[in-house]
Amino acid sequence: MTTIQKQDRNPIAHLTPEDVENLGRELDALREKVIASRGADDAAYIRKVIKTQRVLEMGGRAVLLASKFPPAWFVGTAALSIAKILENMEIGHNVMHGQWDWMRDPKIHSTTWEWDHASPAEQWKHSHNELHHTYTNVLGKDNDLGYGIMRVDEGQKWHPAHLGQPLWNLVNAIFFQYGIAAYDLELGKNLSSEKRRRDPAFKARLAATLRKVRRQAAKDYVVHPLLSGPSAPTTLAANLTANLIRNLWTHSVIMCGHFPEGVETFERTSIEGETRGEWYLRQMLGSANISGGPLLHIMTGNLSFQVEHHLFPDLPSNRYQEIAPHVRNLFERYGLTYTTGSLPKQVASAWRKVIRLSLPNDLLAKKKRPARPAPLRAVAPVRQERPRVATAGS
Amino acid sequence: MATTRTPAQFALLRDRARRFVELATTPLVPGDFWEVIDPLRGGANPRGRVVAVRPETRDAATIAIRPGRGWKGHTAGQYVRLGVDVDGVRQWRSYSLTSPPRPDGVITITVKAQPGGVVSGHLVHRVRAGTVVHLDQAAGDFTLPLVRPAKALFVTAGSGITPVMGMLRDAAGSLADVVLVHSAPRPDAVIFGPELRGLAARGGLRLVERHTEVDGRLTPERLAELVPDLASRHTWACGPNELLDALQSTYDAAGHGDLLHTERFRPAVVAVGEGGTVSFGDSGVTVEADGATALLDAGEAGGVLMPSGCRMGICFGCVVPLRGGSVRDLRNGVVTTAAEGDDIPVQTCISAAAGPCHLGI
Ligand SMILES: Cc1cc2nc3c(=O)[nH]c(=O)nc-3n(C[C@H](O)[C@H](O)[C@H](O)COP(=O)(O)OP(=O)(O)OC[C@H]3O[C@@H](n4cnc5c(N)ncnc54)[C@H](O)[C@@H]3O)c2cc1C
Ligand code: FES
Repeated sequence: MTTIQKQDRNPIAHLTPEDVENLGRELDALREKVIASRGADDAAYIRKVIKTQRVLEMGGRAVLLASKFPPAWFVGTAALSIAKILENMEIGHNVMHGQWDWMRDPKIHSTTWEWDHASPAEQWKHSHNELHHTYTNVLGKDNDLGYGIMRVDEGQKWHPAHLGQPLWNLVNAIFFQYGIAAYDLELGKNLSSEKRRRDPAFKARLAATLRKVRRQAAKDYVVHPLLSGPSAPTTLAANLTANLIRNLWTHSVIMCGHFPEGVETFERTSIEGETRGEWYLRQMLGSANISGGPLLHIMTGNLSFQVEHHLFPDLPSNRYQEIAPHVRNLFERYGLTYTTGSLPKQVASAWRKVIRLSLPNDLLAKKKRPARPAPLRAVAPVRQERPRVATAGS
Repeated sequence: MATTRTPAQFALLRDRARRFVELATTPLVPGDFWEVIDPLRGGANPRGRVVAVRPETRDAATIAIRPGRGWKGHTAGQYVRLGVDVDGVRQWRSYSLTSPPRPDGVITITVKAQPGGVVSGHLVHRVRAGTVVHLDQAAGDFTLPLVRPAKALFVTAGSGITPVMGMLRDAAGSLADVVLVHSAPRPDAVIFGPELRGLAARGGLRLVERHTEVDGRLTPERLAELVPDLASRHTWACGPNELLDALQSTYDAAGHGDLLHTERFRPAVVAVGEGGTVSFGDSGVTVEADGATALLDAGEAGGVLMPSGCRMGICFGCVVPLRGGSVRDLRNGVVTTAAEGDDIPVQTCISAAAGPCHLGI
């Protein structure tokens, strides 16, 4: 993908500034409708998910006390893997977004939640909620575009180190929770100079992360194996496996959010003085969904509704499915492309991009694209032909 | 060789065991898992389970609650802060305990549904046995002294009978000379009417019922007529603020203000307007903000170190507790109000003062 401003055919050129503001108003209205109807059923939903997760975790760990026996190992590992995925995705990610803050339950609140993950909640909320969700897909501002270790957009400058990025991506997938912790610490930047390394704020954050990593590792790799007595080695292996499965799964789901083909990126200058409508528009074009059934939605923490999540990051995740048809209808009416596809298709698309962009642009470019920066603001006076609304995989 | 352990060693062992269990459940705490098995455990506050709901009058009901672990008991006349989820939102309100301390540990509160009341209506009409509620420890000094006064007077109106009922149930036998003046719209609107009349019939107290539909509102002057020896009685009064204010000034003027104990159900009215004085409690900063300025901006302008993030309402990086007063969501005009003692998280980047308010930062 090339930033939207540099493309031959700007996908939003047909929208007038009034169109964009109308779009914003329609989305605001949709948001208010959901907020007005939030209630006991939603609260019961998240409590049920949390309870299920805890029962699965306790049950899984209990079965693993006998992990010497292969059937126990498989059942326990499966339960623990599912519990860890639920905890990170449908619970942790969404609670930390403040999706459930309206319940005023101090136990299920963005300011108090801590998750089963190497990165402390505080740091993750900063890099994810503030930086990524505010600057979604803006080159040079949204570090989620390749996490600072990869090139996932033609607009990002190629460097020979990018040749190895398919491998980095695989390594990152395997150790994803640590990758995120390092990313939230901005390790690359903060270790780059003596001055940054010595910054007390950085040192405090590093200490907090190391403490969290230590406790997390002690739990999975020392305490629970010890409790398993003769099953200690197999419980250790089970916990390692559960963490690995969780890492691979979350990495795949998250790659599908912004890396697949069809997702647009934006110039740094294009968001200066951005209006609410323009912000919405950027979220619509900068995210991709995953199509599938209820099980997929819950196991992805409803990030399968990445578009809806990016439009309304603080609405309860269980409501994305219900607003998705309305959002899709908006895309169609405003002539925009709703990017979606099955999980295998989107994962493959993201990986293809990671592999393709490990090489410089010119090598694989089918046709040379002229650089034509333009503001995100839809000022193009002539209405162009409406782009086709893609409905791949659904 | 036999080893014996000292209490200090036991304490050390217990501490190690606790830390080990905490490490097994990190980043959660063991209570989070206990809660799955026993919903009455887990949180920092005690919890309770509603065991019965009994109607008292058309719009009042008594709710019996069995508190779980951590409940430290109460003294008759005290109140409890009760947290209950209404439409999925945790709401906290105070209710006087109407039960004397009982051996089975069950406590009761008696609630009158206020017109349009969020919590009272829910408790009276919708709560069922089995519901789990959140509790604070009992509090308040609207209680009888251990050395009972020789002569006592209770003055109550409407739902103001509740703390007094708790005291009477606990101590009627130990009070030699009690007068209760109670005001309610009609005889059948008197909460605990039959029980009070029964107590009076048995000689436990002198009951003076006033029915506003025929007698009008109770005033200090009427009270002095009804209870001529009022100046020699320790008095406990609970009812609308106007009645309590009038009693207080009459007692003060007569020079026996120390005889009067009052319990108020409603705080001073918080003015909900456009803008107001914002006080940042922990920072000791006070700022005048208009109704269009985000609290985040107001705080920063006042030099408060406000947490912040996107500044557009999506990241929740700016949430701080509202400890009193009202704020308005700039996006939809919805007003959130906190009473003293509340701790309601609000997003400062999209909230403005709607009257004076107090933030916990
Ligand atoms: C120490 C203490 C003890 C209390 N004990 C009891 C008790 O034993 N029984 C009991 O029923 N209540 C008691 N209350 C009052 C109770 O805490 C709630 O304020 C009351 O139930 C109304 O809550 P709500 O959520 O229904 O009303 P809200 O939704 O908060 O308010 C709805 C409307 O009702 C008005 N309103 C609120 N409270 C009253 C009131 N008391 N009288 C008239 N109008 C009101 C409000 O101004 C508003 O217009 C006590 C309060 C305190 C501070
Ligand atoms: S600063 Fe982001 S919600 Fe307030």
